[in-house]
Amino acid sequence: MLLEIEKANKRFGGIQAVRDCSFGVEKGSITGLIGPNGAGKTTLFNLVTGFHPLDSGRVYFKGEDITELPPNEIFHKGLFRTFQIVRGYEDMTVLESLLIMPTQQLGENFWNIWTKGSKIEEQEKKFTKKAIEVLEFFEMADRKEELARNLPGGEKKLLDLGRMMMADPELVLLDEPGAGVPPSLQQKVNNYIKRISDDKNVTFFVVEHDMNVIMNLCDPIIVVVEGTNLTSGSPEEIKSNQEVIEAYLGEEERV
Amino acid sequence: MLSYIASYLVMASIYGIIALALNFQWGFSGLMNFGIGASYMLGAYSAALLSSAPTAEHLGGFGVPFPLDLVGAAIIPGFIAFLIGFPALKLKGGPFAIATLAIHEIIYLIVHNEMWLTNGVWGIRDISRPLYSQMPQQYDFFYLLIAGGMLIGFYFFFQKAVRSPWGRVIRGIKVDEDMALMSGKYAWSYKMQSFVLGSAIAGIAGGLFVHYTGFVSPTNFTPLMATFIVWLMVMVGGSGNNRGVLVGTFFVWGVWTGSEFLTDFFPGSMETRAGFMRMFLMGIILLIVIITRPQGIFGKEKIIPKYLRSE
Ligand SMILES: Nc1ncnc2c1ncn2[C@@H]1O[C@H](COP(=O)(O)OP(=O)(O)OP(=O)(O)O)[C@@H](O)[C@H]1O
Ligand SMILES: [Mg+2]
Repeated sequence: MLLEIEKANKRFGGIQAVRDCSFGVEKGSITGLIGPNGAGKTTLFNLVTGFHPLDSGRVYFKGEDITELPPNEIFHKGLFRTFQIVRGYEDMTVLESLLIMPTQQLGENFWNIWTKGSKIEEQEKKFTKKAIEVLEFFEMADRKEELARNLPGGEKKLLDLGRMMMADPELVLLDEPGAGVPPSLQQKVNNYIKRISDDKNVTFFVVEHDMNVIMNLCDPIIVVVEGTNLTSGSPEEIKSNQEVIEAYLGEEERV
Repeated sequence: MLSYIASYLVMASIYGIIALALNFQWGFSGLMNFGIGASYMLGAYSAALLSSAPTAEHLGGFGVPFPLDLVGAAIIPGFIAFLIGFPALKLKGGPFAIATLAIHEIIYLIVHNEMWLTNGVWGIRDISRPLYSQMPQQYDFFYLLIAGGMLIGFYFFFQKAVRSPWGRVIRGIKVDEDMALMSGKYAWSYKMQSFVLGSAIAGIAGGLFVHYTGFVSPTNFTPLMATFIVWLMVMVGGSGNNRGVLVGTFFVWGVWTGSEFLTDFFPGSMETRAGFMRMFLMGIILLIVIITRPQGIFGKEKIIPKYLRSE
């Protein structure tokens, strides 16, 4: 298992958002995480990436206990996430919001700016080249000087994926990559995720509301209800699981 | 008249340095520092005490000459900002602003009341004015070379810093701190660096100020003259835009000094009120900017990476 969550618990005031939740994400997979609104999916992501402390339980990444680490250190272990509400470096140009990502940048140290100019310039050229390649991969090269805030919703999601590619993580948590994406672009976003998973050997852990999206993108799928994992399995198994249908699919059909 | 313009330019240059420092903290790093005036004051007193001759009136006799004492004028407010940063940087936005405002007040009161240290309201006299005896007539012009030169130097310094990868991280943290954390950046450290750097440079401006006037007292650092007017300069010019902030500084300082002439037209009985009218005028400018152009005259600058075209 690349990521393992063991008996995680998290309470916000009177709400038990995550309850004795345990599951794992297999290396190389595109694992789905589904559950009704308020089931605790985003909270689970926040627990894994160090944004909220756990009340109890453990999180392991590559066998290492990362429960107590802050987000920036978890990132350096090779774990990246996107946020449910599209957010990014809104006031920056598309290119800069990519250039911020690489680790080990000499120029991120204040003194180096004044003493290691030529080495920093070399690095900047290298990263700029990589950023342009990433943008070309997403067919967004013409957007490089655009402010991130001016991109349409779908392209903001692609920029999220682009930032991920600048960092070369091993595991990526995507919180609703389909939200705010027009249906016409949806399939495209999925194809990108699949391609990155195959070509770059990146493992994905995806929260998604749209059943069609999750069924054709993810395998296996983990179902959480009221903060705890109900079951997991292949899309076929999930589709035919009576409990899931009651807890989740049924609800959606009623709506 | 000419020397009047020179003295206007000297003071505008000094304020320009503080405004660039505040713009770095607020416009680029998102730190709403209402204590910038305290750093300016600490720098001013540091330079005054470090360079002063031994006296019974206040601490002194360290014998650090200009311009070496400017290093102290940077280090002391920088170090104090470092200490304040530990508790204050746990806060964000408005609460951070209020904390820095409170600290500003504390520092002001210490300088105001600790006679042994600063001579209190009587101030510090006879601060060295470099090369004054050689050119008492043209001193404003000479000092303009120093202050203006420093302003230009700091302008290029900040321009380079905010465009560097280091500045890019700082700007990223301002836009979205969670995102920056998830990009592996240790946000707290960068905010501390920005807070310390800006405070140190505002301190240098304080040092420049005392060597120009030769005298310093707490009245030079009222909230209006040390903090509010600097915020106004940044907001008028456009926070996040160094060039805009320079224009904002020269404009605001021009209105402030210019309005002094206007008050001369008022009859004697109105004179004290005229001072308040000037403050009122500053408030009006702030309102006009906020209502008509909240992003300032120039607005935020879009930064395009330098190496875009090199393959
Ligand atoms: N920071 C917080 N403070 C207080 N309550 C919270 C916080 N974050 C989440 N909650 C609560 O925890 C529960 C789980 O929320 P969470 O956002 O994890 O659900 P979700 O499965 O991601 O839902 P959605 O599908 O709507 O995104 C909800 O009841 C929510 O109100
Ligand atoms: Mg959610």
